[in-house]
Amino acid sequence: MTDRIASRFAAIRGRAGLVTFISGGDPTPDLAVPILHALVRGGADLIEIGMPFTDPMADGPAIQAGNIRALGAGMSVRKLLAIVREFRATDEATPLVMMGYLNPVLAYGPGFAADASAAGLDGVILVDLPPEERQELSLEGLHLIRLATPTTDAARLPTVLDGASGFLYYVAVAGVTGQQSAAAADVAAAVRRLKAATDLPVAVGFGVKTPEQAEAIAAHADAVVVGSAIVERIGAAHDRQSNDIPGEVEAFVSTLSRAVRGARKETAA
Amino acid sequence: MPDIQTTKPAALRAGPDANGHFGQFGGRYVAETLMPLILDLEREYEAAKADPAFRAELDYLLKHYVGRPSPLYFAEPLTRHLNGAKIYLKREELNHTGAHKINNCIGQILLAKRMGKTRIIAETGAGQHGVATATVAARFGLPCTIFMGARDIERQAPNVFRMKLLGAEVRSVSSGSQTLKDAMNEALRDWVTNVHDTFYIIGTVAGPHPYPELVRDFQQVIGEEAKAQLLEAEGRLPDVAVAAVGGGSNAIGLFHPFLDDPVELVGIEAAGKGLDTDAHAASLAGGRPGVLHGNKTYLLQDADGQITEAHSISAGLDYPGIGPEHAWLHSIGRVRYEGITDAEALDAFQLLARVEGIIPALESAHAIAWAAKAAPGMAKEKIILVNLSGRGDKDIFTVAAELGVQL
Repeated sequence: MTDRIASRFAAIRGRAGLVTFISGGDPTPDLAVPILHALVRGGADLIEIGMPFTDPMADGPAIQAGNIRALGAGMSVRKLLAIVREFRATDEATPLVMMGYLNPVLAYGPGFAADASAAGLDGVILVDLPPEERQELSLEGLHLIRLATPTTDAARLPTVLDGASGFLYYVAVAGVTGQQSAAAADVAAAVRRLKAATDLPVAVGFGVKTPEQAEAIAAHADAVVVGSAIVERIGAAHDRQSNDIPGEVEAFVSTLSRAVRGARKETAA
Repeated sequence: MPDIQTTKPAALRAGPDANGHFGQFGGRYVAETLMPLILDLEREYEAAKADPAFRAELDYLLKHYVGRPSPLYFAEPLTRHLNGAKIYLKREELNHTGAHKINNCIGQILLAKRMGKTRIIAETGAGQHGVATATVAARFGLPCTIFMGARDIERQAPNVFRMKLLGAEVRSVSSGSQTLKDAMNEALRDWVTNVHDTFYIIGTVAGPHPYPELVRDFQQVIGEEAKAQLLEAEGRLPDVAVAAVGGGSNAIGLFHPFLDDPVELVGIEAAGKGLDTDAHAASLAGGRPGVLHGNKTYLLQDADGQITEAHSISAGLDYPGIGPEHAWLHSIGRVRYEGITDAEALDAFQLLARVEGIIPALESAHAIAWAAKAAPGMAKEKIILVNLSGRGDKDIFTVAAELGVQL
């Protein structure tokens, strides 16, 4: 198996990457593949596709609303894997990671890892599966992307890193998605601390909503994650019955990717 | 003594294991941001258990503030009315704030104080846990925010006002089914955002480890007292002990001290409009194992693992899960779980009011309803111990509406 995540981080060495998040199947499953391609055209280096859940306890209002739209339109893990398969038919390179909660994956059954990796999924982020409960399911053939947070102290960090692969996702603020933003100086210090402990690329997310914020984080991190801001735009476009949601997504993501790519110009030379 | 009767039962009260598992259930399925906090809580709870000063303060408050021990009452008129087994009621509704919930809140706020936390949050369904939390927060001078589903706020107006009188902020939760599970989601979101100063007082034996263990420990005073009281009154143990189960804190509190004894234990799930309909809250009868709110347990869910909405006339039982220790006790067959419908609970609510002059909470009315069904078929020397977990004043509006009475 080619390791798309490692290849992608190797390919963009010298600049920060842009990781974009959408709720899979939001607003409807049939728009998911066009939206994924729009993210890539807009300059996303890696995509997190959210698996909607009725009780997303770590998500703020924007992603909760995205989950409700997608579930209302019949989204499921099975459909998410079909979406991944269809995306892969025309995009072999862009890494795709599923982010979500454990229960829908458990309900899918023990075939999840094999089916997901066959569909072309590269990894998973399971918000409510801490290292302590890792034995709960097999994720063979998939990267297990772990989360580190401002509450992950030096004593706990080795536990988080043990078994982590792909990249490390640093949750920049204690909180839910799409709410407060972290100060760039705090992020820089946290990334330094994490990079001293791991060779994995460090992506930073939570509360990154504007090109300016993305640029500030990109100066310090290997990648910047933007989620709620994209999901909010999808929701707004859906509400006014836009007939080009993918086009609107692409336009917004372009502003993010330009900012992220420009972040290290001043310091690069 | 190599006695199988004592070695096997001893294991029944020994759980959870070091990682918070009861068999395959329980555990710590939380976001990484919360992991260090619950590990910290676990350490602090272990230290508190070993500290005689903690126990002494808890006992003092339970006696002088809560009013423990609560009476064990022989329900003679009800027993005569049913003409069968003797019915004893454990009068948890006579506690300060009118339900068993305060037992746990006193314990947890002492832990919060020990840990130097300065803000309290809690979720509530019927409002009993919210009132109990607001009460102890007032007593200890800590600001307190209670999360409550918008639908529950509507059907439990008296408790909402009580919480406000006690100085708590009541935050309405309008996501999802707007009931207890959504209130818990929102409380978890608040906690993850305010990790440094906030203590989350979970009201039931669910959530991530160590909550199911510590809530149980603080509630088992119910069963311990009842056991001693019944031994004094009758010189023997009950034949059956019965309690209503939502998350399951009053039930585990009653059952746990009897797990090693030859006592039949019956937990009553809310069967709502019937177990053969979609409108019930019986996660053992109608659900399957999954992960929600930090623990693995039986959940009402669809084929895709999405949580489905529970229904019960009683807001306190209106939850699509159940505490993990109950899931385990169910799986090993030590406790039998049965369903009581809204209609049966409503009948029992009125029966107890008329025959005993006691208005029970709709939650507790589920346990009364089971006893009323079982007692007539049992011999007169048999004893049924019922946990009367709360008083029903909060429910009069719901009951009036059900009976077609305009208040």
